[in-house]
Amino acid sequence: MSKTTATTTITTNSDQVPFFQVRRKLYNIIVRGFLRLTTLVTVGLLIFMIGYILINGLKHLTIPMLTTQSSYIEDTIGIFPNIMNTLYMILISMLIALPLGIGAAVYLNEYATNRRLVTTIEFAAETLTGIPSIVFGLVGMLVFIHLFGLKQGVLAGSLTLVMIILPTIIRTTQESLKSIPDDYRHGSLALGSGKWHMVRTVVLPSAMDGIVTGSILAIGRIVGESAALLFTAGFGLRLNSLFKSLQRSSASLTVALYVYVSERGEMEAGFAIAALLMLITLLLNFAATYFGNKLKKR
Amino acid sequence: MIINVQKLNLWYADNHALKDISMDVPRNQITALIGPSGCGKSTFLKTLNRMQDLNPIVRIEGEVWYNGNNIYDPKMDVTDLRKHIGMVFQKANPFPMSIYDNIAYGPRTHGIRARAKLDAIVEKALKDAAIWDEVKDRLRKPALSLSGGQQQRLCIARALAVEPDILLMDEATSALDPISTGRIEELVTQLKKKYTVIMVTHNMQQAVRISDQCAFFLLGELIEYSDTSTLFSTPTDKRTEDYITGRFG
Amino acid sequence: MKMLFFLCGLVSVGFVLCISIYLFVAGIPAFKVIGISDMLFGKVWLPTASTTEPSFGILPFILTSIWGTAGAIMIGVPIGLLTAIYVAKAAPKKVATAIRTSVQLLAGIPSVVYGMIGMVVLVPLIQRTFDLTSGATLMAAIIVLAIMILPSIINVSETALSAVPAEYEEASMALGATKEETWFRVTLPAARSGVATAIVLGIGRAIGEAMAIIMVSGNVANMPGLFKSVRFMTTAIASEMSYAAVGSLHRDALFSIGLVLFLFIMLINLGLKFFIREKKEET
Repeated sequence: MSKTTATTTITTNSDQVPFFQVRRKLYNIIVRGFLRLTTLVTVGLLIFMIGYILINGLKHLTIPMLTTQSSYIEDTIGIFPNIMNTLYMILISMLIALPLGIGAAVYLNEYATNRRLVTTIEFAAETLTGIPSIVFGLVGMLVFIHLFGLKQGVLAGSLTLVMIILPTIIRTTQESLKSIPDDYRHGSLALGSGKWHMVRTVVLPSAMDGIVTGSILAIGRIVGESAALLFTAGFGLRLNSLFKSLQRSSASLTVALYVYVSERGEMEAGFAIAALLMLITLLLNFAATYFGNKLKKR
Repeated sequence: MIINVQKLNLWYADNHALKDISMDVPRNQITALIGPSGCGKSTFLKTLNRMQDLNPIVRIEGEVWYNGNNIYDPKMDVTDLRKHIGMVFQKANPFPMSIYDNIAYGPRTHGIRARAKLDAIVEKALKDAAIWDEVKDRLRKPALSLSGGQQQRLCIARALAVEPDILLMDEATSALDPISTGRIEELVTQLKKKYTVIMVTHNMQQAVRISDQCAFFLLGELIEYSDTSTLFSTPTDKRTEDYITGRFG
Repeated sequence: MKMLFFLCGLVSVGFVLCISIYLFVAGIPAFKVIGISDMLFGKVWLPTASTTEPSFGILPFILTSIWGTAGAIMIGVPIGLLTAIYVAKAAPKKVATAIRTSVQLLAGIPSVVYGMIGMVVLVPLIQRTFDLTSGATLMAAIIVLAIMILPSIINVSETALSAVPAEYEEASMALGATKEETWFRVTLPAARSGVATAIVLGIGRAIGEAMAIIMVSGNVANMPGLFKSVRFMTTAIASEMSYAAVGSLHRDALFSIGLVLFLFIMLINLGLKFFIREKKEET
């Protein structure tokens, strides 16, 4: 497209640098092109990964795979124990982290008066988000297993996970609390309500959406976690009851994926687990968006 | 006449915001656009440099003739148009850069890279905007460190740096204190020697003080347009009279 | 009740202190025994050598982590930043939402899944393309890391870009600049701190990643080379911890690697804080 004949310009003075208009037009076109290209790459990568895993993995996600445990004797692979281990860990870490996180957020938003204290706690939570999972795994091993004397198992793994998901719960609960208008609080207090009563009956119920969103995000993090669980929860592939698994080596779905693929070369099992994980991720993402939107609407 | 507007209509989606506006703007004079809130004067001003293009729900019909071209011709190079018709906004909006870079932004965008040339342009623009003496020793300092009134004069200098023919001012002093306002009014009166100024103002006294022509807008229509003294002493339309005597506003 | 909530708040602080203390307690001993410079600058890692003196040089891991992160940043930041600009500025609303959802999904995929795809798709591809004996190389890890840090970079950059006041862009357009010119000459510079935060976030994620790259990087304690099998600080810990005997110097050395990793992260984050504070003082 010819530059100066297709567009009308007003400028006639000659201090326009020659070829500048051409270079300028080119710049704009190239920029536009690159913006689209890189976005295409990003989205394309996602579509490729989801597609590749689902295509190669769904066919191996059979009922036997999902409901039995691996057996050397019969030479079969079943990931039921790993599904259960992941569920156990979700249960226990949320049981611990949720009250702690909500409590911390309530303190920060409703009770705290000392600015420095608030900054310190928020800084600590922020620091935690930057620490790599493998470091959490190391510390988890040092503290929960060496120091506390726990055995490798769901309990040690869950406690480690608590450290990882706590910041998420604190942050999302805090945001949710911040979005509640002070009028609600004042209304309750003006009726003679004590502070804790006000928080319990007015603030927390209104913060439910945010807490749910935070929980979904935390669960997503738990499901995807692997490095922190290697030495705290272990590599065990046997099925255990919740109670027994607390102190027995229990591989989560992610760790099982690693074991089957890297150490045993069982690619079919690997793809199956990957497909399952992908489906769970998609589901959780959907749920988080849904609840997140509900929160925004308020 | 430097600008000739013919039957300009504008819609914000279904809202017919400008109705059949036709007017001629004389060269080297200050033309004021007055009227109550929401009457369309700012909307109209923004059609003159095609800033309405930025709003996706806007639809425009009609013609605006400048320098022998209809600026709404699809072949018009908008970036070139805006080099010739500059704009100063209600709230001063200097870039978060140094004073120098703010002024040099326009010229650089239009291809001037030589250092010496830019230096000269920056100095001239700042002088034309009557702010050179205040900032000549701090050109590298952030523009945001200036006071509100200085920032607005900086924005005027920035607009002048690309050497426009016309300067559009959209309530440029409404956010400023009376002293800064006075300085800018003085500046604008000087500017008309070299430039044409079209200014939107909700301050009738300001229009009386400095404008040569005055256009009264109401509900998207151009009600009356004549030289300022006539419009304010003997308005021909009753609505104009009601507005300037304060019966509504 | 206030006391109860206060204690909940202190838990985070407690965790951070706990982590710092334990990493130091566990990581220092090996440095003392082997010698800081011998460990940090030693190029040979043979902790279980029996015929010769075992050596605990962790420089290969440190350099690999640095080069790997640098490579990931060099690829990931341009792609991520440009995508962020597209989403924040150029894309139609519906498209922008779709892309944001995609990015969230990318962020949610577990590291091991990334690793597996890398192992099954990328590694053979690299092997064929560059005619190597094995595709499990630093290059594979860099590509995987670059993809993994995209969501961090895109999310934070996009927020920062969207937060730039519209007035700046209006002023730029009124001076005759095009939209594209405005985005790069006004919006992006104005969003500097946010973009810096995004990049640092990306660096943090890349340097801390373990499981995604353990399956694609070959796991040999080499000094880093693009087409060599390598080991990162993270993968060294992950792969050797299981068989390093409890109480051995080998195990202690692994803790030391953990300490070095932790210090790297802390340094990077503090660096960012100072950079942002400087920028704030400028305005």
